[in-house]
Amino acid sequence: MSQTPLLEVKNLITTFATDDGTVNAVDGVSFQVYPEETVGIVGESGCGKSVTAESILRLFDETTTRYDGEIRFAGQDLLQLSEEKMRNVRGNDISIIFQDPMSSLNPVYTIGDQIIEAITLHQKVSSGQARDRAVELLRLTGISDPETRLRAYPHELSGGMRQRVMIALALSCEPRLLIADEPTTALDVTIQAQILELMNGLKDRLRMGIMLITHDLSVVAQMCSRVIVMYLGEVIEETDVVTLFDHPLHPYTMGLLQSVPNMEGQRKEKLYEIKGSVPAMQDVAHCCRFAPRCPFATDVCRSEPPVLEEAANGHRVRCWHFKEIAESRGEGDAFSYIGYEA
Amino acid sequence: MPSVTSVTKHEPLLEVKHLTKYFAVKSGSSWRKQQVKAVEDVSFAIYEGETYGLVGESGSGKSTTGRTIMRLTDPSAGEAFFQNQDVFSLRSKELQNFRREVQMIFQDPNSSLDPKKRIGYSVAEPMIIHGQGTKAERKERVLELMSRVGFSPHHLERFPHEFSGGQRQRIGIAKALALNPKLIVCDEPVSALDVSIQSQILNLLVELQSEFQLSYLFIAHDLSVVRHIADRIGVMYLGHLVEQAPTDELFAHPLHPYTQFLLSAIPAPHPKLKRERIILQGDIPSPLNPPPGCVFHTRCPFVMDVCRQVKPVNREISTGHTVQCHLYEESASEDLTISRRKGD
Repeated sequence: MSQTPLLEVKNLITTFATDDGTVNAVDGVSFQVYPEETVGIVGESGCGKSVTAESILRLFDETTTRYDGEIRFAGQDLLQLSEEKMRNVRGNDISIIFQDPMSSLNPVYTIGDQIIEAITLHQKVSSGQARDRAVELLRLTGISDPETRLRAYPHELSGGMRQRVMIALALSCEPRLLIADEPTTALDVTIQAQILELMNGLKDRLRMGIMLITHDLSVVAQMCSRVIVMYLGEVIEETDVVTLFDHPLHPYTMGLLQSVPNMEGQRKEKLYEIKGSVPAMQDVAHCCRFAPRCPFATDVCRSEPPVLEEAANGHRVRCWHFKEIAESRGEGDAFSYIGYEA
Repeated sequence: MPSVTSVTKHEPLLEVKHLTKYFAVKSGSSWRKQQVKAVEDVSFAIYEGETYGLVGESGSGKSTTGRTIMRLTDPSAGEAFFQNQDVFSLRSKELQNFRREVQMIFQDPNSSLDPKKRIGYSVAEPMIIHGQGTKAERKERVLELMSRVGFSPHHLERFPHEFSGGQRQRIGIAKALALNPKLIVCDEPVSALDVSIQSQILNLLVELQSEFQLSYLFIAHDLSVVRHIADRIGVMYLGHLVEQAPTDELFAHPLHPYTQFLLSAIPAPHPKLKRERIILQGDIPSPLNPPPGCVFHTRCPFVMDVCRQVKPVNREISTGHTVQCHLYEESASEDLTISRRKGD
């Protein structure tokens, strides 16, 4: 991955105007996505992961939303583009799929109409060519008998099929970046396995980058090469996927990893709990945002916000105490890992 | 599994026999009546103090099973006995008693909380309906329950919208406990919650179970959650209970091809682990028109001729481990080895 990044987000701040004042739903987020790479964005509800994704495509009403920072894609800053040029980027260069395919499919048009429309809107092809392409896309996503399926309406398909249609739609213009926002959360585990396999295969075939937004760490383990963990609008940890699972440095990441029931663990054993719950954005104090729930929090955490610092090569963490915590966890190689002398 | 064998000596708390539930639906173009076969000939038992997990994909009939046992919908056929009482023939007074002993926790806690009523009232409501205690006694009981699930007295004056999803689920649990039930049907109680909140609720359910000798019917699609909490598990597919076993046994030796497939679909929890995937094509067939013979035969990699015509019966392979599959029809021990070889 020596190339230049496909997408580079620099210090993105997304501000919403609400009745109770303004809220920074995304607060200074930076990351890159390289071609043929899957980057995972992980966090719980309200952490700003979906807002980050939708900000990249500028999907919010810009009369009540302000974007700051830079979103560099293919050499241009998406935040500086006119709405008209932005429309060209959406669907053409960057596509997005959502958790609920029903909300993105039009119930009164057939699957075929919708895919053909997407193709003819963005590419100069005849309707016959577009139709052939639609058949090919449905076949690519593993839908059997695609010629017949083109005439089906969304309600005639199962949830897994609809998500495949969404993927076919998203891929119709061969985007270079696919943003997948919880693409399998509404699906059964067996269908999830099929869809993830499909996305992985298509990524290699079409050489695109994938930004995968999820709350499910096992999906991350299976799909992603790099992971960004978000909490209350901020990136709190970023590293490669193996390091994230083997040497998490932020107490929140550790908590997330430990609170999932382990298939090999003792049954009914007390699970790790992250105490409390995610506060509302408006209630966030100027300090470490995780401090009220953190078992390691001290005075400094409650008074000053920590910065995202480089703990090891490519491993960034936003925590005042990550060195002491790594030591207290008794990880023999923790110090050698983060590159400090004990 | 010493705990399970010790409880199985008792009479079951709840015994479900050949439960069947069809829903009538209007078919689109014709006047012909059609039926959704949601639950088909399901039998299982729940013993005192144990958790019975019911797993399956959406549309497998697991929630309908729970709702039918609760008498929220009437069965088409079959029987259920709660403490040796025939659940489906209970009327008025007896039914009210039954509903005191069996409570339910839903996926969406909002469905059991009135948005216009204060939390204190909502938790007391079951006691008011069942005419239990004086006002002061009820208040005391509410305080006790709410502090048990982690709230302080001033929370009682608040409204549901002032709480987060996880907090509302804890309130739903307090409400379900208000009448001292013996059995709680938990229908996907943690699937709408974030990971960090999910573990809080699971811990609470485990603690309450031993504190109050509760039995749970735990309905969920997340296998790692069910493995964590359930003593025994039933696997449902298209309305059929295709396999049933103690939890450790089920995960160590899944027999039914569908169970093997389901377990192999769980994403590995670490990037260095790669699970051997059984890839199955297609989706669950429509319950309007379930396949003849074995319901799984349309997707089964081991399908034989007999599967297309004859419905497999329940066969006990080892103690408490039953399976509905023609692969295990002949001699049990011989087929076990076949399945292990095929499953690996």
